[in-house]
Amino acid sequence: MNASAPVIRMQHVSKWYNPHFQVLKDCSLDVTRGEVVVVCGPSGSGKSTLIKTVNALEPFQQGTISVDGIDLHGKGVNLPRLRARVGMVFQHFELFPHLSVLDNLDIAQRKVLGREREEARARSVALLKRVDLSAHAEKFPGQLSGGQQQRVAIARALAMDPVVMLFDEPTSALDPEMVSEVLDVMVQLAREGMTMMVVTHEMGFARKVAHRVVFMDQGEIVVDAPKEEFFGAVTNERARVFLSKILAH
Amino acid sequence: MFSDFDFDAILRALPYLFRDGMSFTITLTLLSALGGLLLGTLIALARIGGGKLLAMVAAGYVNFMRALPLVLVIFWFYFLVPYLGQWLTGAPRPIKVGGFSSALLTFVMFEAAYFSEIMRGGIQSVARGQSSAALALGMTGGQSMRYIILPQVLRTMLPVLLTQTIVLFQDTSLVYVLSLTDFLGAASKIAQRDGRLVEMYCFAALVYFLICFLASQAVRRLQTRVAIIR
Ligand SMILES: Nc1ncnc2c1ncn2[C@@H]1O[C@H](COP(=O)(O)OP(=O)(O)OP(=O)(O)O)[C@@H](O)[C@H]1O
Ligand SMILES: [Mg+2]
Repeated sequence: MNASAPVIRMQHVSKWYNPHFQVLKDCSLDVTRGEVVVVCGPSGSGKSTLIKTVNALEPFQQGTISVDGIDLHGKGVNLPRLRARVGMVFQHFELFPHLSVLDNLDIAQRKVLGREREEARARSVALLKRVDLSAHAEKFPGQLSGGQQQRVAIARALAMDPVVMLFDEPTSALDPEMVSEVLDVMVQLAREGMTMMVVTHEMGFARKVAHRVVFMDQGEIVVDAPKEEFFGAVTNERARVFLSKILAH
Repeated sequence: MFSDFDFDAILRALPYLFRDGMSFTITLTLLSALGGLLLGTLIALARIGGGKLLAMVAAGYVNFMRALPLVLVIFWFYFLVPYLGQWLTGAPRPIKVGGFSSALLTFVMFEAAYFSEIMRGGIQSVARGQSSAALALGMTGGQSMRYIILPQVLRTMLPVLLTQTIVLFQDTSLVYVLSLTDFLGAASKIAQRDGRLVEMYCFAALVYFLICFLASQAVRRLQTRVAIIR
């Protein structure tokens, strides 16, 4: 767990949904502390599956993944404890609709981290302020817009003081006018040095804050390049075709 | 036949009908509903999250129970439970089980099959994304069920669960086959004793109708109040 070791180290990870369908093919990827890695690729290429293996929401059959030095397949590894240190933001927010916004932020702090009510509440209030939603603290998720819900979801993940944040297409379920309010929060997070792995097609976000861009196709990591290289002179044909398509609109 | 309809006969019977009969019916209904919901939830969890074998046993149980007429199950338990108890406790002879206990056990076991299907549907509709989110926050499967999934399922399914309980309220009248004095049993005892069949059965029907009708109305009103804002 030394400071320079990657927060996420993924080595030769392969996953099959069934013997005839390999969804991840020998994927290797490091994310070092403070790094922002954007993952893109065509629909069905395995981006969601890849990012969900990192916090063991998706099992995999071959290879190794370690998070903050802890091997997911290691003996006696406590998965809930490990997941508590990995924040995750979903495409469809997945806020808990029966709990108020504040309770959404409180619940895992209390039940998982064992924080006292006041301590958890103070953290939640501070985080809501940070995502500019203090006025909505007592509301229920169903009373908020998509953009507001996703900002709550980010705050909920941050409340656990994660060592890394995973985002799976956090803006793709949003109306266009709400995309930027969510991206703004993410950009700010990146600038503060949060380690992030982000599946997104928002290339503006990638240009602004990504350190590296990973391109996936058919379960393979085809390109893994520094941002400048990726946007400057990506040599891979499939990546170029993909880029020209998503930059076209 | 209505020319000599005797309202007095009803009035005189009221204390017995309600103090003995209705209180029995309501107690049996509420305890059965609670027990059935508890057991039903466990069965639903076994079918969803238990191992293959457990899931199969649970599914078999549900399908078996739902394929049997309730009256049959009531008889069955009444005659079988004493022997079952003997076998379980190793007692020298069949244990004594009161009519109420036997009926309660029957209804809990029977209703559990129905409640488990309601709960299973609810859990499956809520669980997918929500349990991922709960697990991603570091909750265990149990915590996710307890704090995230089940509270939502109970709220969403409450109207259906209550409607099922209203049906159960009517079904408890079947305990007359064990000669128990539930509301209908009480009414029919008076009817036989006083020769007031028309009065008693009309009155019983009216009471069942009123209670069920009002309860359904209440459930409908509750429905909008407990709904989760989405
Ligand atoms: N449970 C499953 N069983 C079988 N195949 C699955 C399952 N889940 C996903 N897949 C398949 O695995 C492949 C990768 O899915 P994944 O969701 O990781 O892709 P993605 O890159 O995130 O796509 P999108 O951009 O549409 O979100 C797809 O072909 C998908 O149909
Ligand atoms: Mg996806």
